[in-house]
Amino acid sequence: MVIGSVGTQFIPSDLNQSKIVPKEDIIKFYKPQEEIISLLKNSCYDCHSNNTVYPWYSKLQPISWLLESHIAEAKDELNFNEFNAYSKRKQKAKLKSIMSQLEDDVMPLKSYVLMHSNAKLTDNDKAIIIAWIEKLRDSL
Amino acid sequence: MKLLKLITSLSVVLVLGFSTLSCTEKKSENVSKGTEMKNNDGHDHEHSEEVKSENNNMNDSEMDQTNMDMDMQKSNKSDTMIKSYLQLKNALVYNHSDDAANTAKSILRAFKSFNSDGFSDNEQKELVEIFENAIEQAEHIVKNANNIEHQREHFEVMSNDMIDLLAIIGSDETLYQTRCPMYNNGKGGIWLSETKEIRNPFYGIKMLTCGSVQKEI
Repeated sequence: MVIGSVGTQFIPSDLNQSKIVPKEDIIKFYKPQEEIISLLKNSCYDCHSNNTVYPWYSKLQPISWLLESHIAEAKDELNFNEFNAYSKRKQKAKLKSIMSQLEDDVMPLKSYVLMHSNAKLTDNDKAIIIAWIEKLRDSL
Repeated sequence: MKLLKLITSLSVVLVLGFSTLSCTEKKSENVSKGTEMKNNDGHDHEHSEEVKSENNNMNDSEMDQTNMDMDMQKSNKSDTMIKSYLQLKNALVYNHSDDAANTAKSILRAFKSFNSDGFSDNEQKELVEIFENAIEQAEHIVKNANNIEHQREHFEVMSNDMIDLLAIIGSDETLYQTRCPMYNNGKGGIWLSETKEIRNPFYGIKMLTCGSVQKEI
């Protein structure tokens, strides 16, 4: 049992890390104000982009596997790096979902905030993001 | 004491390990289901290929007949989608979340098997975008059998897709485009209904008659 657990630590996972930010990235393309950029990067980009800032414990198996499958699922649902590659129809639908996930306190996930206290969004943070998203959605 | 700690942390690691495995199993099940669906699609396309090659050996009047048949086929398909859409809408009106999830499965099948041959390039491009978005909404409705409010949010987006879809592919059935002014934080939300009588799917039985008919389509 001990050998098994130690052994799994040496199985590598493909990390979600890329230095390239495509031109379709929501921040690059729609250029929100600084405050929103930092909120999005701190609270959303770890799972919803091609670049995760990994915590130390993410190196441990099976946590690493769990994280990678979670990130893959999150990016499949919404990838901010590819946002402007989506059709306008899909962008509008995604923006609506982002607003309701924030309003209903579903995102950022509680389990994520537990480990990343700086990712927690205050009511004011949420209001700022929602106002920007709403404006963006109306402009599409 | 140290030994106890070691054993506890090892069991946590093992339990986590097992839960990862079971997640992966579920995933692969979904993937194989997806492939099955795709195979069905492939079959449809094969069928339309056959129809096309038959066309090559026909004179004009036979050709017209086939075109008419194909038109029939198209409207039949919109009929299936409309039927499932209305069932979904009614499940939400009466707060039946499980029924909504089940009906969304049939609407998903209808969306995925739609054959857009015969439409112009622009229409086809539009159709691809409509279906991509509508399929995503239907998938969310299927997955959220325990969360009717979430199903309703996706149904509202799907309703806009349905309106744009029917504007392209047409429908034999008379439908009423109806609007609830309260939905979406007062911005309003639109749905399609088979009756002029208001039955609100966004709020269900707590606000059954909120809304008004905007137009007939």
